[in-house]
Amino acid sequence: MATLNSKIPEGPLSEKWTKYKASQKLVNPANKRKLDVIVVGTGLAGASAAASLGALGFNVKVFCIQDSPRRAHSIAAQGGINAAKNYPNDGDSVGRLFYDTIKGGDYRAREANVYRLAEVSNSIIDQCVAQGVPFAREYSGYLANRSFGGAQVSRTFYAKGQTGQQLLLGAYSALSQQIKAGTVKMYARKEMENLVIIDGKARGIITRDVKTGEIERWFGHCVILATGGYGNVYYLSTNAMNSNGSAAWQCYKKGAFFANPCYVQIHPTCIPVHGDYQSKLTLMSESLRNDGRIWVPKKKEDAEAIRKGEKTANDIDEQDRDYYLERRYPAFGNLVPRDIASRAAKERCDAGYGVGTGKAVFLDFKDAINRLGKDKVEERYGNLFQMYQKITDDNPYETPMMIYPAVHYTMGGLWVDYELQTTIDGLFAAGECNFSDHGANRLGASALMQGLADGYFVLPYTVQNYLSAEIYNAPIPTTHEAFDLAEKEVNEKIAKILSVKGNRTVDSFQKELGHIMWEKVGMGRNKEGLTEAIPMIKALKEEFWKNVRVDEANECMNPELEKALRFADHVELAELLAMDALQREESCGGHFREEHQTEEGEAKRDDENFMFVGAWQYKGEGSEPELHKEDLNYEFIKVQQRNYK
Amino acid sequence: MDFTLKIWRQENAQAKGRFETYKLTGISPDCSFLEMLDILNETLINDNIAHPVVFDNDCREGICGMCGLYINGRPHGPDDGVTTCQLHMRRFHDGDTITIEPWRARPFPVIKDLVVDRSAFDKIIQEGGYISATTGGVPDANAIPIPKQDADEAMDAASCIGCGACVAACKNASAMLFVSAKVSQFALLPQGKPEAKKRVVKMIKKMDDLGFGACTNTYACEAECPKSIKRTNIARMNREFICSKLTSSEE
Repeated sequence: MATLNSKIPEGPLSEKWTKYKASQKLVNPANKRKLDVIVVGTGLAGASAAASLGALGFNVKVFCIQDSPRRAHSIAAQGGINAAKNYPNDGDSVGRLFYDTIKGGDYRAREANVYRLAEVSNSIIDQCVAQGVPFAREYSGYLANRSFGGAQVSRTFYAKGQTGQQLLLGAYSALSQQIKAGTVKMYARKEMENLVIIDGKARGIITRDVKTGEIERWFGHCVILATGGYGNVYYLSTNAMNSNGSAAWQCYKKGAFFANPCYVQIHPTCIPVHGDYQSKLTLMSESLRNDGRIWVPKKKEDAEAIRKGEKTANDIDEQDRDYYLERRYPAFGNLVPRDIASRAAKERCDAGYGVGTGKAVFLDFKDAINRLGKDKVEERYGNLFQMYQKITDDNPYETPMMIYPAVHYTMGGLWVDYELQTTIDGLFAAGECNFSDHGANRLGASALMQGLADGYFVLPYTVQNYLSAEIYNAPIPTTHEAFDLAEKEVNEKIAKILSVKGNRTVDSFQKELGHIMWEKVGMGRNKEGLTEAIPMIKALKEEFWKNVRVDEANECMNPELEKALRFADHVELAELLAMDALQREESCGGHFREEHQTEEGEAKRDDENFMFVGAWQYKGEGSEPELHKEDLNYEFIKVQQRNYK
Repeated sequence: MDFTLKIWRQENAQAKGRFETYKLTGISPDCSFLEMLDILNETLINDNIAHPVVFDNDCREGICGMCGLYINGRPHGPDDGVTTCQLHMRRFHDGDTITIEPWRARPFPVIKDLVVDRSAFDKIIQEGGYISATTGGVPDANAIPIPKQDADEAMDAASCIGCGACVAACKNASAMLFVSAKVSQFALLPQGKPEAKKRVVKMIKKMDDLGFGACTNTYACEAECPKSIKRTNIARMNREFICSKLTSSEE
């Protein structure tokens, strides 16, 4: 065990996927009906996978924690979805999208997977249009595009500022069709609590019904995890309140390797933190950087006066403003990739030029309003401006927005091979919960692309290939001892939490963990901070098990218990994240080690020693996990220093 | 800011519910409504007052449709065009008494406290709220041009977040706005045409079967919709329905 085989097909990059599809094994229609597939999660990846596999004729069971599959957090994605359609004829191609994604990920993603992603991107747009997704259109009736960070072409398709919503509702409608057809069974308000493994293969899951507390067993010939990212380890993030990394963590503890946990994306344009009661941070779409200009005062005394409320942004003369992104990165300006924009904001604020609470910079639309007129700006960004005004009580048409980076997305996740299979046979991972396509930094509008690529166009092939060997295996009754054991573990965990009867609420623990993570394992990391963080996280875990307070019983709707179950996993995941950040003695993409930067403060990669995927293997409670390395071989792309100047 | 909160408490679907009153002090006006409830829950637990109040919520940015509280007699509270999670305490006055209830509608039974079961909406969508396009085998996205105005109108209808405020606002608990938004989206697009006649009939039948009431054109739904879905969708659905009944060759 413990050798990582990525199973990348032989041959030229552009032929790998075609070759795979031509040689994969199929299951005949009569046998498909006899094969059970479990899908956990109903975001873009989960819903599209469940709908597609259902349509193929497999027996699909799909689970979500919300009251309806339509609520998954994919719904909150604003800006758009990339595809290499090249409708604007501006020089785009599959190769260009592939290159931009690899470069954007700071050369830490697997070539073959990313190429396939770019290859199927066009089919996603076709599929969504056929489903009735109302993408923005030109007066000609043809589809419209816009630009996003890290690209010099317009390849982003969008539906107002609600692209994720429309794509998810498209996948949800496809899912609903299959539910009606009887190929898919939907189980809402059920949270996965454990993975069942029989003879080395993933064979089922244990769930807790969120309404009643009932613990249930489910069999599947294979299990697909599509449960999203773990950004909520940081407590404050742009994720939804219920987004969590628990299911992925349970799989890790059962033997699935966890890859690159330290790759966390911090999004540059979010509404800043304003109070300790705050529960989440709200994203302001990256599309705003098309027309907004980011700046801080040039003089420290101006910044200080603004912080004290003695001056406002409008009191600062043009020559006293530092448009630091335009100054540092003239070629891409305000549209540099997210990791770079975030770090630049932190650098200015740390140097004493921050506004607001000191942890904010201005995003200014004054020039855009002068150039285009207020009406045009309102047409483009009206809903975002309104959202900003509702939250902050400031009018962004008159005073610049204040923004600051916040945790947004996790590039790391369960290690998967080319077939999106984890190191556990029959356990697949799709969407944000796997590590596969974004390397160390994800480009804007690529998450939606990846989720739907995995669900609509990759898993239907690779899962079928896996299941072709399963046609001889009858469903295993859930009375099997492996189910007994997995359920027992869940019951014990719940009983243990309820028996603590301590003094601290779960939220107080999650907030404290978030604080440690943000301060020491956040945007800027260094050896000293990381070495301090690990024992702090360990101590917090210990305190949790001695002092958490959950009053009500399991057998009812009990959000405190739900949060406690997730925190118990998050606190462990946080530790691995910090360990991975400590191990990776280089800066790349979203992972910035302060010791490793150029003289100009840019991330300095170490390709010699760190051009690998770091995949961690669980070794049991109290033992150190083991790091496995999958070397990244760039056969087709020339690896370079990223340059957006 | 200080508030007196009158909150509906109900153990489970079978239990009899009641209002409980709680005092809350020192709330920042910049606090969101749901953050105010978070603070209340921390207080209820830490001061041994009661079990925390259970309410549905998730994205907290007005798009998932999970949250939905009946605040001082209005779905999603006093602001127009926002969900409960986007409401901020600065919208209230210091010392106010705020009444918080769950959605009240027969097809949305209470599960606990402020949480209701809205799975009826999923069941309506399953009857026909889709275009039957299985994965693959579809034409190029630009093969069929769609007039911008139609696409924009379809987008406006498709903005529905399925929160259920329209049903909660309606004295008849009618789901006409919700259903018509989906019917309209597909009626406006060429891709939706082949199944249009069946779709509208099946979705309306399901809506009736699930116990949603009839529309009496008072448009409380439109007034309370956090996404400003227009009542013209209801008119379009009625036209689609009549056309379907008059021209469909099927039983």
